[in-house]
Amino acid sequence: MFLRTINKIYDTDIGYSFFNSKIAIISSTIFFIIFLCSAFAELVAPYNPFDPATVSLMDAFIPPIWSEGGTASFILGTDQQGRDMFSTMIYGSRISLIVGFASIIFAMILGVFLGITAGYIGGRYEIVVMRLTDVQLTIPSILMALLVDGIARAIITRSMHDEMAIYVLIFAIGISEWPQFARVSRASTLVEKNKEYVSASRIIGLSNILIMFKHILPNILRPILVIATIGLALAIITESTLSFLGVGVPPTTPSLGTLIRFGNNFLFSGEWWITFFPAIFLIVLALSINLLGDWMRDALNPKLKKR
Amino acid sequence: MSFLKVKNLNISYPTRKETIIASQNVEFTLERGDILGIVGESGSGKSTIANAIINLIDPPGEITDGSIKIDNQELINDEQIIQKFRGKKIGFVFQDPQTSLNPLFKIKDQLIETIQTHLDLNYKEAFKKSIQLLKEVGIENAEKRIEDYPHQFSGGMRQRVVIALAISCEPELIIADEPTTALDVSIQYQILELLKDLTIKRNLGVIIITHDMGVIAETTNKVIVMRHGVIVEQGNTRDLLTNPKSTEAKSLVISVPPTNKKIDRFKLISPDGKEITSTSANLTKSIIKTWGVRENKNKMLLKLSNVSKIFDDGSISFTLNASTGNSQSKNQYDNDKVRAVNNVSFDLFEGETLGLVGESGSGKSTIAKIITGLVRPSEGDIKYNDMPLYNSKRKYQIAQSRGQIQMIFQDPYSSLNPRFKVKDIISEPLKFFQKKITKSELTQNVFDLIDIVGMTRQSLDRYPHEFSGGQRQRISIARALATRPRLLICDEPTSALDVSIQAQILNLLKDIQDELHLTMLFISHDLPVIRQMCDRIAVLKNGNLCEIEETEKLFNSPNHNYTRELIRLMPKIESIFQK
Repeated sequence: MFLRTINKIYDTDIGYSFFNSKIAIISSTIFFIIFLCSAFAELVAPYNPFDPATVSLMDAFIPPIWSEGGTASFILGTDQQGRDMFSTMIYGSRISLIVGFASIIFAMILGVFLGITAGYIGGRYEIVVMRLTDVQLTIPSILMALLVDGIARAIITRSMHDEMAIYVLIFAIGISEWPQFARVSRASTLVEKNKEYVSASRIIGLSNILIMFKHILPNILRPILVIATIGLALAIITESTLSFLGVGVPPTTPSLGTLIRFGNNFLFSGEWWITFFPAIFLIVLALSINLLGDWMRDALNPKLKKR
Repeated sequence: MSFLKVKNLNISYPTRKETIIASQNVEFTLERGDILGIVGESGSGKSTIANAIINLIDPPGEITDGSIKIDNQELINDEQIIQKFRGKKIGFVFQDPQTSLNPLFKIKDQLIETIQTHLDLNYKEAFKKSIQLLKEVGIENAEKRIEDYPHQFSGGMRQRVVIALAISCEPELIIADEPTTALDVSIQYQILELLKDLTIKRNLGVIIITHDMGVIAETTNKVIVMRHGVIVEQGNTRDLLTNPKSTEAKSLVISVPPTNKKIDRFKLISPDGKEITSTSANLTKSIIKTWGVRENKNKMLLKLSNVSKIFDDGSISFTLNASTGNSQSKNQYDNDKVRAVNNVSFDLFEGETLGLVGESGSGKSTIAKIITGLVRPSEGDIKYNDMPLYNSKRKYQIAQSRGQIQMIFQDPYSSLNPRFKVKDIISEPLKFFQKKITKSELTQNVFDLIDIVGMTRQSLDRYPHEFSGGQRQRISIARALATRPRLLICDEPTSALDVSIQAQILNLLKDIQDELHLTMLFISHDLPVIRQMCDRIAVLKNGNLCEIEETEKLFNSPNHNYTRELIRLMPKIESIFQK
């Protein structure tokens, strides 16, 4: 049964391209391992770093297992509070992935909606939307996120802030990513709306909403998926950067960026592992997603296919 | 000793799943002064052979066996020789004059570059030769026009430039791959005359690849019929067309719409050589049951009065008005605006088929779009069943027709949503118009529709890309019928199809019209097709209605000069019998 499904996938062009690309196989494997680990962190991680009962300050600054003073119970060592690095990273990547996925989905829904409607309706509405994306694109995404975060801090009370931090972060990253989606979906919509199947739907009398989202949307999904994948890596990095700068998630629920920030303070005093492992982890995660996106772009675009 | 000799040519395209054989044991010869036509349906390997001669087969395709000799010089697998031959000894004319010239270079530069590559001439001599060439292919004012860019030429003129380019280095062989398919009838005539002239004057060998039997009949003296990469028949054009022996050739000849008479149905030949008789009559019974019996009372269904459409560019009008501001120049500007449709009026009665015929840019598609509400008219009224289709604000009132006006499009590849299954494509309008339809009724209706257009029920679970052009056009027809239309607008429904498929689709349309009492507006640039399909014909030129007349009257005694011209210039397959 399973084999037959594999065979069926292999039979399609995209499946064939996947199984013949080493990069795609390796990067997707890495990504799914990280994804599953963070999804089932409770089962994978040896400790729960956020449970005060299991953390002891006595265990602080233990180096990784292979260096002098390392112990088998903490494979990658511990941080300044005595938390197991390996467990913290897995829990941290969960935050990073949640923020990454949520913000890219938010950006995708907003961007695609505005893009399709702009492309299909045209006229003044299109001009307003597209100039809005132009304005949005002139503001660097980090700056935009800082701005949103600043406003949120001013509005939300301090006690609320830690709870709301993750939502603010998702909104801040999402709002700085949507123009990409809007541009791509508008451009594709302009191509699709002149095709005769759209005319046929109009002659039948289908409503514009139905035409846009039932007929045009499935036909422009491919480029959107590609930028969503590459955007996911970008969103994770942006989240880490913000957390590194201290405006991201609160220290009580550290993401990868927060971990790097903590470790940064100890880098020159010799405890390199506290910042090194989260940093490597982040690089591997972002790289695997990016390579997957790269492959997807090539595979979904027949024009780029090698002969 | 033959000039061009192709022997035992085998070309295959290995793909991941199978190896496609594009040509198999192809053998033919060509003498100087001969025009050889290669015909066949799409995918029969006609273009592959032409590309093989100039060694331009796209990878992964490859020549697996055989030889191609020009003047006893082997061309295959000798990149150096072929480089020298391309352009110098072999000229190539492509199908689309829009893309075969580089838009960034002046005509002058393109001609001189080609000439200097192959002939030992200095710039001045090459320039002189270029002008002479342009004159030879009939471009007026060549000294001036040589400084122009390709976009400043019309389609036909551009094809002339391409031909000038092809003959610039005094080739001995010209290969023309569908040279006139993208052109209007009158220009097609000129281009073919030009090719014929050049063949005689320069003693060239010419290969014309086409799917148009009329072109074959009027220009070539030898012809090759291909099917699935194999030559099924070859011989003198006249013998082959008057007395075809193979099924393929017979089916090609028989499905060409005759230009001199109206026939009831096209005869069709199945691959085993038997005649197919269309049998959709009993299939429509179930449809008629759900639709209710209709009768044509010969009353007026659609009335267009003084419809005009002006496509104007707002930005231009703004600058013009702002800079001059006086009323006289505004009038001047109004006259300069492109009137895609200019003051067109006609009536359409129940049960009849009205043909709209004209060259590209004559506004025939725009009229169809205005009737279906895809484009708003600038002026004029359209009444369907005595109710105006556009309200006072020129907004389309789709409720007035409620799906009774449907359209079949030209391009079968873009008219079906590639992400929908055939089932969903056909059932969507059904669900839209009958909100309370039950599941079993829906399935039954979809089955009826797919039966009536002659497709299997298995095809319902497939996606459009799994079907050929003709099959897709059938799906299009099924979708159009799903809304129970009274008026069916067919916008060049067969111009993207092979002749034999065209005959099938036209038969199908005729059957459906008879059984379901449909009214049709049939748009085409192809006069023979129009003649077979229509009761009355409206001739359009540059957005103006030239004349509207009963079909036989129009063909036998055309009133308007333009109509006369069109009828004179259309390629006639019958011309071969009179030679």
